[in-house]
Amino acid sequence: MSVRITIDGKEYKAGDGATLVDVAADNGVYIPTLCYKRGKPCLGTCRTCSVRVNGNVMAACTVPVADGMEVEVNEPEVANMRKMLVELLFSEGNHNCPSCEKSGRCELQAVGYELEMMVSRFPYRFPVRPREHAAKHIWLERDRCIFCQRCVQFIRDRETGQKIFSIDHRGSHASIEIDVKLADRMPPEQVREAARLCPVGCILEKGVGYDQPIGKRKFEIKSIRERALERERQ
Amino acid sequence: MSRKLVIDPVTRIEGHGKVTVHLDDNNRVTDAKLHVVEFRGFEKFIQGHPYWEAPMLLQRICGICFVSHHLAGAKVLDDITGVGYSTGVEMLPTAEKVRRLGHYGQQLQSHVTAYFYLIVPEMLFGMDAPPEQRNVLGLVEANPELVKRVVALRKWGQEVIKTVFGKRMHGISSVPGGVNKGVSIAERDRLLNGEDGLLSMDQVIEYAQEGLQLFYDFHEKHRKQVDGFAEVPALNMSLVDDSGNVDYYHGSMRIVDKNKSIVAELNYHDYLDYFAEATEEWSYMKFPYLKELGREAGSVRVGPLARVNVTRSYGDSTPLAQAALERFHEYTNGRANDMTLHTNWARAIEILHSAELIRELLNDPDLQGEQLILMPADNAWTGEGVGVVEAPRGTLLHHYRADEEGAITSVNLVVATTQNNTVMNRTVRSVAEEYLGGQAEITEGMMNAIEVGIRAYDPCLSCATHAMGQMPLVVSVYDAGGGLVDERAR
Repeated sequence: MSVRITIDGKEYKAGDGATLVDVAADNGVYIPTLCYKRGKPCLGTCRTCSVRVNGNVMAACTVPVADGMEVEVNEPEVANMRKMLVELLFSEGNHNCPSCEKSGRCELQAVGYELEMMVSRFPYRFPVRPREHAAKHIWLERDRCIFCQRCVQFIRDRETGQKIFSIDHRGSHASIEIDVKLADRMPPEQVREAARLCPVGCILEKGVGYDQPIGKRKFEIKSIRERALERERQ
Repeated sequence: MSRKLVIDPVTRIEGHGKVTVHLDDNNRVTDAKLHVVEFRGFEKFIQGHPYWEAPMLLQRICGICFVSHHLAGAKVLDDITGVGYSTGVEMLPTAEKVRRLGHYGQQLQSHVTAYFYLIVPEMLFGMDAPPEQRNVLGLVEANPELVKRVVALRKWGQEVIKTVFGKRMHGISSVPGGVNKGVSIAERDRLLNGEDGLLSMDQVIEYAQEGLQLFYDFHEKHRKQVDGFAEVPALNMSLVDDSGNVDYYHGSMRIVDKNKSIVAELNYHDYLDYFAEATEEWSYMKFPYLKELGREAGSVRVGPLARVNVTRSYGDSTPLAQAALERFHEYTNGRANDMTLHTNWARAIEILHSAELIRELLNDPDLQGEQLILMPADNAWTGEGVGVVEAPRGTLLHHYRADEEGAITSVNLVVATTQNNTVMNRTVRSVAEEYLGGQAEITEGMMNAIEVGIRAYDPCLSCATHAMGQMPLVVSVYDAGGGLVDERAR
């Protein structure tokens, strides 16, 4: 069954219960995301896709569309809120793009560019979280973690289904953790999948970096907006 | 009454420094020092980072010679991962030649910047010219055609860098064991043939020759001043190949004396056996020296003047630079040249040499090779490496250690300007005695003479001390009682 919704005053048809962020993309309206990955269950952790739905601010990745829904995406106040959220993510971590190997492939950096973020309006916290590099093939740059929980939910031990990554502590003390024993059982392609899934440069494959020349990196070839509008899943 | 003069900041150099000159009651120079007054701490804050990140982060020390830092770091990573020179592994030809191409491109653009933008103003207008004239804007007014050519020449060097590293500044090419891309036929042809707004290779060589001719003309007219200005004795050091000729990317470290006799020649991996570093409370820049000879006799000069002193020849593949080198060597009858302002002569020769080396490489089909990275064998990890290249300003050394999990545990950087610290201080003293000694009145031109002496080395104080923040250069003159008599700050 299809429903009718409006986005920024324009009416669209959509499948009942489809995810709002996907419906928008299918109709050429880009809503930035960081924790959400098309084709995977929604996490709703980063709130970067916040839009106004029937007057309330909600994360578009968590909203199933319903008939008559009125959505504001590019209304200036809500657009500014999304930009502020991204600025807060930059302020909370140590995102040193010039030397980070994820540069050019980093979704946070790409979304920052898309939102035309020039500088964060918030003071930088410069957190000091110890790096974790006890695993044989994975290096965790904890100061770059945005706690999206993609790795926590989607990267699991292939035999037991146990979680390999987890979040320890809460609030400003939160820290991404790794089960070293399980991590050392990860096959190489799963290590690469984890590194690729991480939207920032937190999960790194040891000894592998900077292998793509400048100009050929993921978001230099095609922007994150274009990829979203083309319904890219990975 | 004795006096103290201060120059703060020294201008038209990279980074921030200050000079103090002490005069006694008879206006004789009793002391003269170049102070490097700030600290950056790259060696410390890189600790704990993943080892493969080091060349990317450490190249940010400098906005001029970042390629040298990137490549010195890359050579360290080759060693650390077990595919470097320390384990006797030869780099893949394409990877080494791509690295060399980027390196020569940087030498060309860096030398062009130093020579034309920072040094030529004095050559055209004189040391006594007013400060508002003796700068690049003065050049634009006096000789706009020259400046247009200089801008185009520097741009071409930057395009070589961009071709290899992806960006004109702080790009990325080298990864452990090789490079992440080669040079395509189209990229090669663009540099060889030029395009709208970009010089061709032939034009680059023509302009480089004109730059050298500029020095010859200046030297002809001001021979006494150029030859007599700060003749400062020092040992000379450069990387050389097996034939004893300079190799900007790789070789052994050779140190020669005034007669060009070899004082020491070492595999740079053993540098700690040969070199020690002294410190002074008045400068953040260290004073390296050869342990065996002690600090006074064992301090070395590096950079263009040292390299042309050390190298026997440039070989057959760069005939124009070879002819220029022979003329240089003949001028001092084959002995090492200690005349500070001849550094600019050497720099102009190296602009031409770089251009000819680039031409040779661009015509080498190895640049289009497909084997870019040498993978280490199992258990090849060494966890330690040393990388040395000849940066535009001289011999640059990076030394890292990493633990088995891949974290950097220690870093030592000995950059070219640090090696030159003692000889630069000797130069300051020499110029101060010559130009300020016995003078009741200190003029702007006299103070500028000291800066001219420093500028000849094209020092990069930001690299050498990891200076951070803003510290302009000052020249100060103090009296015997420590009272400040005169000070020039910009």
